[in-house]
Amino acid sequence: MSKNPPNYISTTNACKLCTPLGASIAFKGIEGAVPYLHGSQGCATYMRRYIISHYNEPIDIASSSLSEKHAVYGGGANLKLGLINVTKKYHPRIIGIATTCLTETIGDDVKMFLRQYEQEVEGEKPIMVQVGTPSYNGTHMEGFHDAVASVVDTLAGTGEESVTNRDVNILPGFISPADIRYLREITDDYSLRATILPDISDTLDGQAAKTYEKIQLGGTPFSAIAAMGSAMASIEFGHTMKEKSGGTILSEKYGVKNIRISQPVGISATDRFFDHLSQLSGVEIPEKHKAERGRLVDSYVDGHKYIYGKKAIVYGEEDMVVGMTGFLAEIGVMPILCASGGKSGKLAEKIAEATGDILPEQPRIHEGMDFYDISELAETLEPDVLVGHSKGYPLARKLSIPLIRVGFPIHDRMGGQRILHLGYRGAQQLFDLIVNACIAKKQGDSPVGYSYM
Amino acid sequence: MELLKEREEQIHRTGEQPFTLSCNKDSLAGAVSQRACVFCGSRVVLYPIADALHLVHGPIGCAVYTWDIRGALSSGPELHRLSFSTDLQEIDVIFGGEKKLTNALFELIERHSPKAAFVYSTCIVGIIGDDLEAVCRQVEKETDIPVIPVLSEGFKGNKRAGYTAACSAMARLVGNGDISNISPYSINILGDFNLAGEIWIIHAYFERMGVEVVANITGDGRIADIQRAHGAALNVVQCSGATMDLARLMTDEYGIPSIRVSYFGVEDMAQALYDVAEHFNDPEILEKTRELVKEELEELLPKLDFYKKALKGKKAAIYVGGSFKAFSLVKAFRLLGMDVVMVGSQTGTEQEYKELAEITDPGTIIVDDANPLELTSFLEEQSVDIFVGGVKERPIAYKLGVAFCDHNHERKEILAGFVGMLNFAEEVYSSVMSPVWRFTYQNVEDR
Ligand code: SF4
Ligand code: SF4
Repeated sequence: MSKNPPNYISTTNACKLCTPLGASIAFKGIEGAVPYLHGSQGCATYMRRYIISHYNEPIDIASSSLSEKHAVYGGGANLKLGLINVTKKYHPRIIGIATTCLTETIGDDVKMFLRQYEQEVEGEKPIMVQVGTPSYNGTHMEGFHDAVASVVDTLAGTGEESVTNRDVNILPGFISPADIRYLREITDDYSLRATILPDISDTLDGQAAKTYEKIQLGGTPFSAIAAMGSAMASIEFGHTMKEKSGGTILSEKYGVKNIRISQPVGISATDRFFDHLSQLSGVEIPEKHKAERGRLVDSYVDGHKYIYGKKAIVYGEEDMVVGMTGFLAEIGVMPILCASGGKSGKLAEKIAEATGDILPEQPRIHEGMDFYDISELAETLEPDVLVGHSKGYPLARKLSIPLIRVGFPIHDRMGGQRILHLGYRGAQQLFDLIVNACIAKKQGDSPVGYSYM
Repeated sequence: MELLKEREEQIHRTGEQPFTLSCNKDSLAGAVSQRACVFCGSRVVLYPIADALHLVHGPIGCAVYTWDIRGALSSGPELHRLSFSTDLQEIDVIFGGEKKLTNALFELIERHSPKAAFVYSTCIVGIIGDDLEAVCRQVEKETDIPVIPVLSEGFKGNKRAGYTAACSAMARLVGNGDISNISPYSINILGDFNLAGEIWIIHAYFERMGVEVVANITGDGRIADIQRAHGAALNVVQCSGATMDLARLMTDEYGIPSIRVSYFGVEDMAQALYDVAEHFNDPEILEKTRELVKEELEELLPKLDFYKKALKGKKAAIYVGGSFKAFSLVKAFRLLGMDVVMVGSQTGTEQEYKELAEITDPGTIIVDDANPLELTSFLEEQSVDIFVGGVKERPIAYKLGVAFCDHNHERKEILAGFVGMLNFAEEVYSSVMSPVWRFTYQNVEDR
């Protein structure tokens, strides 16, 4: 569907973030882990601020703080010193090490440095999980998925065999803490024992506490990751990651069946997710969730007229765009442009699958987009609503249309970490939001000022 | 708290030992510094120049993390609010990024017709060895606007080095504009970035005094103004490091004297205006300045009384980017009757820390380049009521049940000028007095 994709040399207002940021967030979802960037100081500080502004939580990302001489002679010594210092201060169980553009470019061999560290360092030694994340090659989503893959590769299979036959792995990709809590509720209601990797539901949406935790509590427990190889199956959300993912590693190494589905956004995608859970658990969909689905359908009917045929631009991470586009299509909103800074090469195909035969015409779908490109196309497309993260706000403002905030980052509102996207419950919230945004727009634009819409 | 041994020399307690503090060191590996990089320093300083193109030559992150995150306002063009990047890809890293940079510059200059272009180098550009000077020279020749490299590879030092790089970049502009018709009573405002519109307030004060402002450097800045900055009679410099180098350069090259000021807090704000007036030593200007300060204070002080009463005796901690601002904050808190129990910065100099030690009470912690765990333990140890810092410090305060005031580049509130003092008091008050602290578990038992 990619007709005339804009083809500029420079990038203006990117619709993607850099690779180690994704890796750092994934590492934050593992119990007792501290993310560590092997590179210069600035990258870590910038990413911390960016992530903090979304979650409003402390995000400690350590750095090798390489300076010029290290860049010339290699960063091995600083990496080791940094790991020792992080261990002393944080006593982590795991250190998640991601590289940056700098250390990739100078060709630091992190694996070798870690072997040396193993031999040279005495005493307390956390487990090291390492991932290569040059940003000139991919976006934060590659960083996220590669970090998850590396965690699985390093830690799975080191634990005990499961005997319960109720164990499933869920690899949900980059979703909100609220989504993860809800996934946990669903699997609990199915009496399944789910290992959700990563689990940022507590670490990046923590509670008030009396004492300050150096490493926020929560995250996927080490023991659960270690036992992932003996689960019945893995369910992996998203289709745009590389072939080698957490799910495929588990299936190749331990024969755990890997089920890849779209992010369960909207009824159709969520039905597929629940079907898999029913099959795996051998029980029907729990009554509570069936009721939520029923109420959702009821509200779809109540609200459909307000939104039918409204034109939407959807942007952000590819898998989120696929999920959102499928959902918008099923409620009668017309996606007209689906854009991402990512470049998996699969976006158009997956959107076509997600929307099935609902849309009279497929939207324009472009990978490798930035907000300059999106704005340029938006001018002729005349959208009614934008669906995506905060960075689309300038465009929404320019066009005076509502922005439905989803995904990451939410930098201009409270509670980005508590936005629910997935499942029947998430669809309910999104649906109400979208319908109300359209009603509010109509109400605001009306000269009459009706209080009854 | 156990400190990392290497960090001990960067922390001092007023009155306990003779003053020693080592600073301007590289951040310690693994210590989670709150500092950024050289590039960040350059970007902060040059960012508010609103009619220039700011192209970040590097992979995407460095540009995207600095997209529209600062509150620097412009009264006209807003080119500075866009984030331009060459978005280097693997192939560029292997074969060099010069061609991409050249083409990106032509593309963007044609698209936006900027008055000048700044090209920032980031870490990997330093490694792959692109010749920024050569590219800029070529593009400058063909486009007829100044195209200026900013040598800001992140790993070549800390934020301070970035300030220097930014000043060298601006120095290339100064001296190229027409300076006829500039009043002998004229100044450049250096080191105010027009966060939330602050420079407009300061500007208005100077106008009321009868002093002409030639160039804003860099808040609400314009290339043409900077090009004629050498026509001003005096440089009025705020903030510790950021634009000091440029002032120094202009003294050497054009013999323009400079004074250092701060616009935060009542004392410093008034002092800044008086210093400028005294420099010109013109009775009319002096008179107008006295009047201005009198008027402003008559309006402000009664309003402040309310906050003083409420905040008296509360304890404050400060951790900011540059230590010069810390001085003003210490005084501002004092005016409110509050006690400062910790003060630190990312990039202060030894002299500045020494002076801080002199003006703070015994027991006050003074710290250079702190990390989250240190800050946490200081806040706990001193049972602080309010913490002043930037976004990265905010969650630390909140998790400890401590009120917070944002005094960094991201803020959207005016904190400079006389009106800024009032806003500051209000900001502090509205966080300290909020009833939400009644629920945090530091103050009541967990239920
Ligand atoms: S150098 Fe690479 S890792 Fe660092 S901020 Fe820039 S893009 Fe991200
Ligand atoms: S790559 Fe270098 S210039 Fe860019 S953010 Fe990181 S430290 Fe700063």
